[in-house]
Amino acid sequence: MRIRGFRAGALAALVLVVVLAFAASLALGSRWLGIGAVLHALADPNGSDADVIVRSLRLPRTVVAVLIGACLGVAGALMQGHTRNALAEPGIFGVSAGAALAVVLGLQLGIADSVGSTVWCALIGALVATFGVQRLASRGSGATPVGLALTGAAVAALLGALTTSIVLFDANTLDGYRFWAVGSVAGRGLDVAAQVLPFALIGLLLAAINARDLDLLALGDDVAAGLGLSIRRARLVGLLAIGLLTAAGVAACGPIGFLGLLAGHVARRIFGARNSWLIPAAGLTGAAALILADLVGRLVGGAGEVQAGVVLGLVGAPLFVLVVRRRAVAL
Amino acid sequence: MTATEQVTAADQVTTVKPRPIVLSVVFALAAVAIAVVSLSIGTTKLPVADVVDVLLGGGRSGTRLIVLELRLPRVATGLLVGIAFAVSGALLQTLSRNPLASPDIVGVNSGAAAAAVAVIVLAGTGGGNISGFAAKVGIPTAAVVGGLLATLVVGLLSIQRGVVDAGRVVLIGVGVAAAANSLVAWLLVIGDVTDAGRAAAWLAGSLNARTWSDAVPVGLAVLVLLPVALMFNRSLEALVLGDDVASSLGVRVSRVRIVLLVIATVLAAMATAGAGPIAFVALVAPQIAQRLAKSDRPPLMTTAMLGALFVTAADLVARNGLELLQVGPYELPVGIVTAACGAPYLLHLIGRQQKGR
Repeated sequence: MRIRGFRAGALAALVLVVVLAFAASLALGSRWLGIGAVLHALADPNGSDADVIVRSLRLPRTVVAVLIGACLGVAGALMQGHTRNALAEPGIFGVSAGAALAVVLGLQLGIADSVGSTVWCALIGALVATFGVQRLASRGSGATPVGLALTGAAVAALLGALTTSIVLFDANTLDGYRFWAVGSVAGRGLDVAAQVLPFALIGLLLAAINARDLDLLALGDDVAAGLGLSIRRARLVGLLAIGLLTAAGVAACGPIGFLGLLAGHVARRIFGARNSWLIPAAGLTGAAALILADLVGRLVGGAGEVQAGVVLGLVGAPLFVLVVRRRAVAL
Repeated sequence: MTATEQVTAADQVTTVKPRPIVLSVVFALAAVAIAVVSLSIGTTKLPVADVVDVLLGGGRSGTRLIVLELRLPRVATGLLVGIAFAVSGALLQTLSRNPLASPDIVGVNSGAAAAAVAVIVLAGTGGGNISGFAAKVGIPTAAVVGGLLATLVVGLLSIQRGVVDAGRVVLIGVGVAAAANSLVAWLLVIGDVTDAGRAAAWLAGSLNARTWSDAVPVGLAVLVLLPVALMFNRSLEALVLGDDVASSLGVRVSRVRIVLLVIATVLAAMATAGAGPIAFVALVAPQIAQRLAKSDRPPLMTTAMLGALFVTAADLVARNGLELLQVGPYELPVGIVTAACGAPYLLHLIGRQQKGR
């Protein structure tokens, strides 16, 4: 009972962090606005400078950051659970690599000429890659955690090689690709959020369904099967969720590496291994982390801002090291 | 407990297996054969017999120049880099009991990449030659320093109360790698597009235009560190069974682990300096060797020879593949070929293993 109370309290605290980060993201930037000005812009806009800044610049990217941060955080936690590998995250699982290849092909063919069309390329690439990994990993007697992890890594390497060989021979494509590949929420409007929202919502729903099954899978495949779980179906649902969530994330913001890993481990540190707590917590952690990374990038950059993906690596990595430093790792 | 006793105790868990030895010999012979073929192909095609003649100390001076000064450095770098990456991966995977653990993702390569790309981008002059202070450092030197520095940070952060937990090393390595990778992405964005292209080519891993100054450092590292790693073979065998079992067999777990981590790191850093972070060799060579040898861990010598074969063969394809396909006179970076060929084969092996379960 006490543990449960602690977890509920911690989850509430995480929600509070996300809300505060959201507010800070609306108020702070190259021009600092007071709470009054932000509320004014949200509730009763009259076209003042502050209103325009909040409504058309800061609100969209913050909304995108919440949504995508949550998606990538949940995807990371799911992935770590399904592969029983502490290193699993979208970046080394083929999903981001699939999206990247599709974006590069899109740039090459001239299809990916706007944020909106790039989203579709990335989405298709990520979904195809997930499906491919799932099919390849479940040959024979079904997907084992090690098989899944290695298959993801192999597919990622293969797709990455194709991507590199295209950008090496075409400077124009490289030029477009490098700005996408750094990972950022800047310039992502509400239309981008709306485009990926259905995928994100279905992914989150599937993740919620999958959480309890994942607790059973953690006991080992044989025990889980003995308790009446269909392992095949549980893995399929999990992978589908991972694919949809990562696809939505990568499509909207580029391959923001490391967020899934960070959120999964932070949440595991606070909430332990129970997936019904761990997975929502990872989502909230991811959302807070991405908002804050974007905010920091805006604040330190001056005129040219530092992309959220870069900030996450440079600031998030030391934080991550603090989290994992104190314990031996076991999943 | 002395070192001899330690070896004898660990010895009890092993039996001599012929399969890894046979595979090592086969891979080594195949690597040498491909290296010889590689030496014979180029703008001037040489008969294989002439190449062998030169390697044995004979041959005319013109042929000797082409083979020994122009082509051998590249081929030798490939062989050595292959061994270094593969052994590094095998050690890291065994120590951490994690098949995903490889220098690709535990900081060495990323630290090296960040330093090398910084030199390329910050000292670059928009496609011109590298100049200024950073140029004096040189890309290979920067790569070694960056790789070792990143790993030093990982190592210092991983020690808790004098104990090094391998899982923690890997995770902290991933954290440091993430920071370095972000730096790389950022450098690519702020740089000129031509410099970004050069950086991308280096990041893919390439054996293009290698000289003896690239091959010799890796060669020394392999020559010194591979035998040391092999001396720990039996300790590794015991470590696979778990820390408790290993220490009950007389293995000094923490010390063995630190020594082998250092070896793995130095090998990967030197290899990266020699040829860039060639993708996937460190991850895939141990996994393939382990599956082919039907072993419960990557056998070191087999992995080493497979790594040499893998990179040498991939470089042959990288140099001549596009021409054979009539796509053009371009050379691919070798890292693209290692990923494109290694990945499907690994997938095939995983699939076969799962069917056999």
